[in-house]
Order: sequence, then structure tokens, then C-alpha cells
Amino acid sequence: MSTNDVLFGVLPYMAATLAIFVGVVRWRREPFSVSSLSSQLLESRKLYWGSISFHWGLTIILTLHLLALIIPSGFEWWNGAPVRLYLLEITGLALGLWAAFGITVLIVRRFTSARVRRVTTGMDHVVLLVIAIQIVTGVWIAIGYRWGSYWGTGVFIPYVRSLLFFQPEPEYIDPLPWVLKTHVLSFFAFLAIFPFSRLIHIITLPLQYFFRPWQKVIANREPPADEYISNEPRTKQFN
Amino acid sequence: MRVRAQMSMLFHLDKCIGCHTCSVACKNLWTDRDGAEYMWWNNVETRPGTGYPTGWEDQEHYKGGWQRDKKGRLKLVLHSKGGGVAKAFFNPALPELNDYYDPFTFQYGDLFNSPPSEQQPTAIPISKITGQPLEISSGPNWDDDLGGSDIFAANDPSMEGVDDVVRAQMEEIERVVFNYLPRICNHCLNPSCLAACPSGAIYKREEDGIVLVNEEKCRGWRMCVSGCPYKKVYYNWNTGKSEKCILCFPRMETGQAPACAHSCVGRIRYMGVLLYDADKIASSAALPDDELLDAQLDMILDPHDPQVITAARAAGIDEGWIDSAQRSPIYKFVKVWGMAFPLHPEYRTEAMMFYVPPLSPVMSSIEQNMIKLDIPDERRDFELMDELDKARMPLEYLANLFTVGDSDRIRRVLRIMLAVRTYKRRQSVDGVIDEATLELIEEVGLTENMVEAIYSMTTTPTVDDRFVMPPYHREMSLEAIGDPLTAKGSTGFGTIKPPRRGP
Ligand code: SF4
Ligand code: SF4
Repeated sequence: MSTNDVLFGVLPYMAATLAIFVGVVRWRREPFSVSSLSSQLLESRKLYWGSISFHWGLTIILTLHLLALIIPSGFEWWNGAPVRLYLLEITGLALGLWAAFGITVLIVRRFTSARVRRVTTGMDHVVLLVIAIQIVTGVWIAIGYRWGSYWGTGVFIPYVRSLLFFQPEPEYIDPLPWVLKTHVLSFFAFLAIFPFSRLIHIITLPLQYFFRPWQKVIANREPPADEYISNEPRTKQFN
Repeated sequence: MRVRAQMSMLFHLDKCIGCHTCSVACKNLWTDRDGAEYMWWNNVETRPGTGYPTGWEDQEHYKGGWQRDKKGRLKLVLHSKGGGVAKAFFNPALPELNDYYDPFTFQYGDLFNSPPSEQQPTAIPISKITGQPLEISSGPNWDDDLGGSDIFAANDPSMEGVDDVVRAQMEEIERVVFNYLPRICNHCLNPSCLAACPSGAIYKREEDGIVLVNEEKCRGWRMCVSGCPYKKVYYNWNTGKSEKCILCFPRMETGQAPACAHSCVGRIRYMGVLLYDADKIASSAALPDDELLDAQLDMILDPHDPQVITAARAAGIDEGWIDSAQRSPIYKFVKVWGMAFPLHPEYRTEAMMFYVPPLSPVMSSIEQNMIKLDIPDERRDFELMDELDKARMPLEYLANLFTVGDSDRIRRVLRIMLAVRTYKRRQSVDGVIDEATLELIEEVGLTENMVEAIYSMTTTPTVDDRFVMPPYHREMSLEAIGDPLTAKGSTGFGTIKPPRRGP
């Protein structure tokens, strides 16, 4: 097995297993440890510039990556006309730069605010490093290896699909330049540290908010015998 | 009618001496931890003043509580549900640490390790967060007893609507008029902290109405901090979880009053059960401003009414709780005597902690720097009655705090308190109660029995009069989830894990 096979054929599975398995265990057994660990209370001006750019830039780009994976034909159709291709590429680059600006501010903030330093752990540095590598290589690719949304559908999509269907074909990645390899590898690193770091807050996106009533009342009184189902407190809601 | 019980506290502001014993009792018990040093679940503010955190009543800035929209519907001031999720990355309405203060301690080691020298060594203040030396420039009671009041008192949002003449008078004599406002979480019926929480981590306990944050479910979005108009949810910067007053439920479950109430030196605090109609919560919170207070007080049910008792039993409320509700001092103050109001009912959260407005100091003027009461001694009691508008603590100001600006309601309470005072003075000093006094108490709507009851509940209540604690029967609720004997001798939290910050 070549290095390429290990890095792009085995590593992704190890990272994903870690992410899912440890993530679930942590979520269920240590729910107290799952938090956005916001430091807005301690420093809010720089966070305003950093956090919004970083999070939105990244969220939108990731969504586009995901869309490309789900409906590559849609991208091929869209990129059929050069104008639309330019538009997509420019949007992608702009979003990348936006996120890059965000993470720069966040890194500066981590290192300059004494209050924020107090709540910074070694893992936070790792997280920032991995994401910074991803953003920098991403922007690099957008500039140096242009039209990624066009050629990517022929290289990355089949590769990721091969992974998803458990028939890894790391050969797709082998001939690519190291910048692209780093971009992919850093994603696996991201997956691997996800359950061990504050990154786990990504899956706490509170969508249930939309489906719950405004108020929530929980009874801890002895329920009548026939209502006794589980040891979860019963929930009653109004509004 | 859907009857529910609420544990409620009442603050008799006329008796608060501003000693902060309550705050310290609470701090020692609950918030003496990394990340919680700046939290004052119980704090005592000097009024007029900007309170803690600074300017918490300024809802245009902090966006707490509910509002009524043009169509008469109830909306959070903070956000719609979509807006709340969209603002997860940055919450623009969150107070910053500087709106509270940088928690500090002193470098005590310097006192012991200093080399021999001519001068005494000093312990410099350092930040409890960064450990760095710190110039202390604000604190939880920075404006205590009107310290620096030209900055703080002038910025008090409740001064709005107090007319300019009165305001000028207050400023002229600002050094001689203030009162204290102790505050804890109001354990509201319509809590906006709860409604603002995207994770659904906050809930209200059905059996006693305590509003709690489930720390296992809290994800640190901090919307509750902004959502609470009283700023009584705090974000723990160390654990990344929000925390708030728990009304000492582990104490109450074992029949003890909350620590702040129990330690209160002025004995201003009362605890008791209120029964209320949960069906009316949403509708009464959506009424126009001037109907809010009445609607909220109307929700509180008469625990002696047979219909209410039947409905309470049907709702599964224990006999012991119904009995407690009948003996509740809160019910007497709020409903029977009509002497107490919630703080800022216009926030529409239906706060369930009640306040008897302060009567003294009554009125005076300053002549050549001497404070002088304007009324001859013999006539004083009666004159005061009619001259309450000259009270040194303006009625409008108290009305802005407690009655959505309706100063007549404040006047009525102060007249009751004055009438009780007059009656008892005649009784104990003169030995006879004259006609004029009897007319007076009738005029304010009291009977002689009520006067005695108010007097003894105000002045000479025992611990058991002040704290009428209902039986919690934890053993019964535990039966639902397992063998109660396994929990023998334990209370409150169950298994306790240290609150460690996640990686
Ligand atoms: S006072 Fe307490 S219950 Fe009411 S909104 Fe604030 S935190 Fe919630
Ligand atoms: S302990 Fe009682 S008297 Fe003292 S400040 Fe607190 S509420 Fe007021």
C-alpha cells in the first residue's frame, strides 16, 4: 500500500470513525462538556468582526461543497455558460476571503486578549491551525488552480463518492498537486479532532427551536401509575 | 381553570437596611467558583441608580422581555425564532463583562513574601480572570448608598417620566433620599429567558414554578442572558454554560427558606405558595400596558375558594401545598391587603417576586443645609397622608418600578402603611384610638383586625410567620423514578459531577 493509499484510502475512515463514535459517546455521556464555549462575554468587539465573517463564510462554502457532492450535474449545468462559471468562482473566492479575514481576526484575538487567553486551551490552537490550513489552501486553490467548481466534479466528486460507498479509490488524488492534497487531508484532520474539541458544537445547531412552543414546563411529581412509562421527567407545554 | 403552584418571595422594602447579607449568603453557597465570581444571583441595588449589570433596565439596549406588537400579539423583544438561530454566532444584545465588572482579588502572597522594608507591604488588586494587576473601576455595588450618584442615579431609566420639577428636587437632595432594591430571579410565569433559549435548556418546574437551566442541555448560545429583562441569567465564562438563581430548591425541598431569605438581617423577606391559573398566562401577558398589572394579580387564585381547591386537587396539587397556600404571607400582602407589586410588570414576563414599596423617608426640605420636616408634630400623621405627593422618594419613581407608572396605586399602599403606623402610635403612645384615626383606617380600606394583622406581619413576625414552607414530598416524586430509600439523606442535585469545562 502506498502512502497515498494510506492517507486518502484509510485515514478518512479512521477520522470518520473517530468523529462518529467518540462524538456520540461524548454527546450522550458528557453532555455538560458540549458547548459553544463562547468568549463573547470576555471580549466582544473583535469577536463581532471575526466570528460573523468566519462562521458565515465557512457555513456557506461548506454548503456549496456539499451541494456539489449531492447534485454534481446541477453544477455541470450551471457552469455550462462561462458567465455563470465566473460568477460561481468569484463568489467562492469572495466567501473564502471572507472566512480568511474572519479567522485572522479570531487568531489575533486569541493571542492578544488577556481575558480570552485565560480560556484558551491547547486544543483551541489545534482547531485554529487546522481550519486556518483549510481556508488558506482553499483560497490558494481558488486562485492558483482556477475553475475548481468545473474540474472538481471530475476528480473530487468520484473520489468522495468512492469513499462513501466503501470502495475507496485514492488514485484520484495521487496525481494532484500538494496544495490540493493538503486541503483534503486537513479536512480529515478536522474530522478527527471534531469530537475532542469545541468543534462538537457544530452539531448543536438548535433547529428544534423552530418546533417547540415558547414555554416549557416540566413536572417532577409522581405520575399516576398508568402514565408511568419511563424515568424521563414528563414535559407539559403551552402556547 | 388550570391551577398551578408557585413558590414566591416578597420583599418588604420599608425594612431593607442594605446590608448585603443576602448577597453574601448566596455567593458563599452557590457562586463562589471560577467563572461565576461575577454572578450575583441575589444583589441589592441602591435606588435611584443604574443597578447591576449597569443599566439593566434599558431594554432598548439589552432587548430583554416581551413586547406587544401592533396586532396585539406577544413577541420577544430580542428575536424571532429564525433571528435567534441566525444570531447564534454573535449575540449583539449580550452585556459585556465590563457592564458587570472584572472580578478581582488581591495578591495576598505579597504581604508574606515582601522583603523587610520601611513601608508596610500592600496587596495589589488582580483580576480573577487574567491574574493581571487591575485598576478597580467598577464593581457590583459601585454606586452603593448613592456613591458617585451624579453618574449613576442620573442614568436610571426609571427616572424617565418623573417630571422635571421632582427630578430637580431629587437631584438637589440626592444625598438624602434613596432606598434599596434587593433582586433575585423572579421565577416568572412567562419567562422570556426560557423563550429565548434556542436549545430548549431552560424550563419551569411545574410543582413550584422554579425556572432552571438544564446545564446538560445548555450549549452556551447566551440568548437567555439577553432575553431576561432583569438580567438574572449569567453566562459562566469558564464552563461555557449559563447559570441563574435556583431559588435554593435543594433547601426548599428540605423545608428551609432560600439562603438569602433566611439570612436576611432586616427580616424583609417572606416566602410562601401562590396558586395561579395557568390558562391565563399567555393572554394576560399580551394585554395593553395599563391592564398588565391587574391581569397578573387576577391570575393569582384565592386558596380558600372551594372551586379553586377542587381544581387544585384535580391538578394533582398536594393537600399540604393547598394548606400552605392558605397560610401564605405572600397571598396576604399581595391579594388580601393589596400592598405588594411585581417589579416592572411592563416587561410582560409576569414576575412572581413581590415588593412592598418603601414608605420612609417621607418628606422634607432643606433649609440652610438642614433637613427639616415641613409639618408640625401634632398634625404630622394626618398631614402626611394628604401630602404623599411631596414624598422625598417620588411616587412617580416608585410607580415606574412597580406599577407601570400608575402612582395612585403606590399612593394607596403608602397610605395603608401610614394608617397602620398612625393607629399603632395612638394605641401604644396615647393609649386611646381617636375618632379621626378610626376614620382614617376606614378611609384607606382597612379594619382594625387588618391593621393588627398587617402590623404583626410587618413588625413582629416569627420565622414561621415569614416562611410558610410547603411539604415537597421528595420521597413521593422519587418513587416515580426508583426506590426512594436509595436517595435517603440526600437532596437536590442527585449525583454531582464537578462542572468541568469541555475541551
Ligand atoms: S427573572 Fe428569572 S424567570 Fe424571569 S426572565 Fe429573568 S431569569 Fe427568567
Ligand atoms: S439581607 Fe435583607 S436587609 Fe440586608 S440587604 Fe439583603 S434584603 Fe436588605
